[in-house]
Amino acid sequence: MREITMERVNETREKMLDVVKSRTLTHEQKVANMANLADSLLEVLELPEGLDDLLNRDITEGQCICDLCEGHAPLRPRYIVPDYAKFMKEGSKFLELPPPSDLYEALNSLLIFYKHVPSVTNFPVYVGQLDQLLDPFVQDVDEETAHKLIKLFFTHMDRTILDSFSHANIGPVPTKAGEIILDVVGELEDAVPNLTMKVDPALTTDDFILRGVKAALHTAKPSFANHPMFASEFAEGLSAGTDCGNYVIASCYNGLPYGGGSYTLSRLILGNIAKRAENREDFCTKILPEVCDIMARYMDERIRFMVEESGFFENNFLAKEGFIRRDRFSAMFGLVGLAEAVNVLLEKEGKSGQRFGHDEEANALGVRIMDVIRDFNAAHESKYCEISGGHFLLHAQVGIASDIDVSPGTRIPIGEEPVELHDHLQVLQHFHKYFASGTGDIFPIDLTVHRNPDYVLDIIRGAFKENLRYLSFYSADSDVIRITGYLVKRSEIDKLEAEQNVKHDTTALGMGAKHNGKILERKVR
Amino acid sequence: MGAAPVNRIIRFSSVDGPGNRSVVFLQGCNMNCRYCHNPETRALCIHCGDCVDGCPTGALSFADGEVRYDHSKCVFCDACIKTCTHDASPRIRHLTPEETFAEIVKQRPYIRGVTVSGGECTLYPDYLTELFSLCQKAGLHTLLDSNGTLDFSAYPELLKVTDGVMLDVKSWEASVHKAVTDLDNGDVLRALSFLASQGKLNEIRTVVVPGLVDAERTVREAARSVAPFLDKAPVRYKIIAFRPMGVREAYRAYETPDGAALNALADIARAEGMTDVVVV
Repeated sequence: MREITMERVNETREKMLDVVKSRTLTHEQKVANMANLADSLLEVLELPEGLDDLLNRDITEGQCICDLCEGHAPLRPRYIVPDYAKFMKEGSKFLELPPPSDLYEALNSLLIFYKHVPSVTNFPVYVGQLDQLLDPFVQDVDEETAHKLIKLFFTHMDRTILDSFSHANIGPVPTKAGEIILDVVGELEDAVPNLTMKVDPALTTDDFILRGVKAALHTAKPSFANHPMFASEFAEGLSAGTDCGNYVIASCYNGLPYGGGSYTLSRLILGNIAKRAENREDFCTKILPEVCDIMARYMDERIRFMVEESGFFENNFLAKEGFIRRDRFSAMFGLVGLAEAVNVLLEKEGKSGQRFGHDEEANALGVRIMDVIRDFNAAHESKYCEISGGHFLLHAQVGIASDIDVSPGTRIPIGEEPVELHDHLQVLQHFHKYFASGTGDIFPIDLTVHRNPDYVLDIIRGAFKENLRYLSFYSADSDVIRITGYLVKRSEIDKLEAEQNVKHDTTALGMGAKHNGKILERKVR
Repeated sequence: MGAAPVNRIIRFSSVDGPGNRSVVFLQGCNMNCRYCHNPETRALCIHCGDCVDGCPTGALSFADGEVRYDHSKCVFCDACIKTCTHDASPRIRHLTPEETFAEIVKQRPYIRGVTVSGGECTLYPDYLTELFSLCQKAGLHTLLDSNGTLDFSAYPELLKVTDGVMLDVKSWEASVHKAVTDLDNGDVLRALSFLASQGKLNEIRTVVVPGLVDAERTVREAARSVAPFLDKAPVRYKIIAFRPMGVREAYRAYETPDGAALNALADIARAEGMTDVVVV
């Protein structure tokens, strides 16, 4: 391990003391912050040359690569996607749990298991394909009991999984359990867990989607995933359930291999990278590929440490009992600020009137930039990403609370959305296809749509025919809202702004995004 | 095939029938409803030219005794509408059914259907027949928004390509109807029962204006006359509160009814056998 200066040690000690004395952090949030600060003192990774200049800057001062606070010595993969179906079938030796035999035991076992699934947030980012896991047990009890038990189960999750990067999946096949889950989330109006409905035109009925739309208009979830698109991108081998595909949607909207996950996620800050380029040719042929290369080698090094040195895959019960498999992990090559990059490059050419999302040349430049990144990734070999053909999975990252003038992934900046929703959707059509490990767009919906949920149904059906990947809707007046990918309650942001404790750590991120990301100013559709 | 004056086309609408639909608004109306919410769709332009100078983008010009409109320059600021003293609009495009269809079909696959509204769209029955045949061939659901003055029984070809009509029933009492619209309601009531009997009635709409309209009787009688035909096709009864937004200055003083009064009307419709009743 490399030496560090006493100056840095003392800076970190000051930060730790601030955490201890914080008036707004809960105990759990303090513990997590202390651990991250301790980790920040470690220097065990062989960092690629040039990384320091691109990584260790403020975002307003030209930061080009961001590692999303994963720490200096990764002790576990960032996102873990356990094979819960195996757990339901076999139980766990480590947890001393036999396979559940009824709904009571199934829910209890899952709640226990969740407390043992690590992640970058220390909370499970994936809580299972819940309709498939629970449906067999739901058949054995009357509907009222099932509803009550599942409602308690969801309340328990919201109050103990203190982070809304936690994600449940349902669909594409409608089930009794799936219907109950939709009704329950609509009633509870809680932020946790996030929920995605996988939608397959051949399998998912209008009634099931409409039930989802109605829940979403109350509580901003579920989101809707283009199932055939995701299913075709993830190699066969292990499925989350009947017709569920070999992938899951975890964290914000991340498509990940089932029974594995993602080692790591770093992101390119494209707007800042564009500022370094002389013009679009310089950007596309030299500057961007160079930054991609440094970020990819940084990610490879993080993965190497995790796989070869951390001991996680040898010692954690999830791996030892086969709930996860090392060879089902990949890594997410993220990006933000495509809109800003395009606008910066056009401004350099004196075309500041042509804006991303509104102008054909601007959108075409966006596509060209994405092709450069896709081609880079296709040529870069990453040793431990066998599940995705030895390459990373591209990811349109949703941004973090401290981002300023950085639009998530390939989104059109808030405040610049096209007047017509149809024009907006047609821009997205160019970009969703690149991101197997996730992208998504969010639409606040006018109240009148409560009377016509079929309107949203038609947009979902149409969008998936047009190869859009993932869409979220919420009612312009609801308390639970989608920040960038995760959910937060407006009422909780208000509490935090009044310096009261709030249980979910994501509320603070939502508060930052409200101020820096203008997320309450999205165009209502 | 002849063109019709198109006021505007809304690409996505959540409030003009089931699901997401494109809506075509045609210009011109044969009624003069006191509470009309879009009076600028009532009349055709007389080319007086009053609006031309006020256009901030040069979308309007005057040549050969006519107001000319350039759709590509228009920013929809409504300055011309506010200037016009004839309940008209210079922003009219005369589109053939084929041209109209070409603008609608771009929205596929996001829309399930098209609604033609107005003005009074049935002033152009041949245009509608042609437009809707194109839409139906493309798998789009077709709805008309009408005041019921057309004798639908005389247009079997139009009815064949129309999936449903959303019909305004403004007043059951003829004298009240005349006071509200300048026209008797005989044609409207005939259209109501004819369309219901043919399974072509999609929705009844009654705007509730306290002090102007006999809403209670209108809702009861309209619901009663339609209920026996509900097995032919489901019919929604939409009870709409008067709101002053967009209404001509002289008629803006009417009150907006309260929620309790509207819900009482909904109950009357239900008591007559209507199952799908909404209040907006």
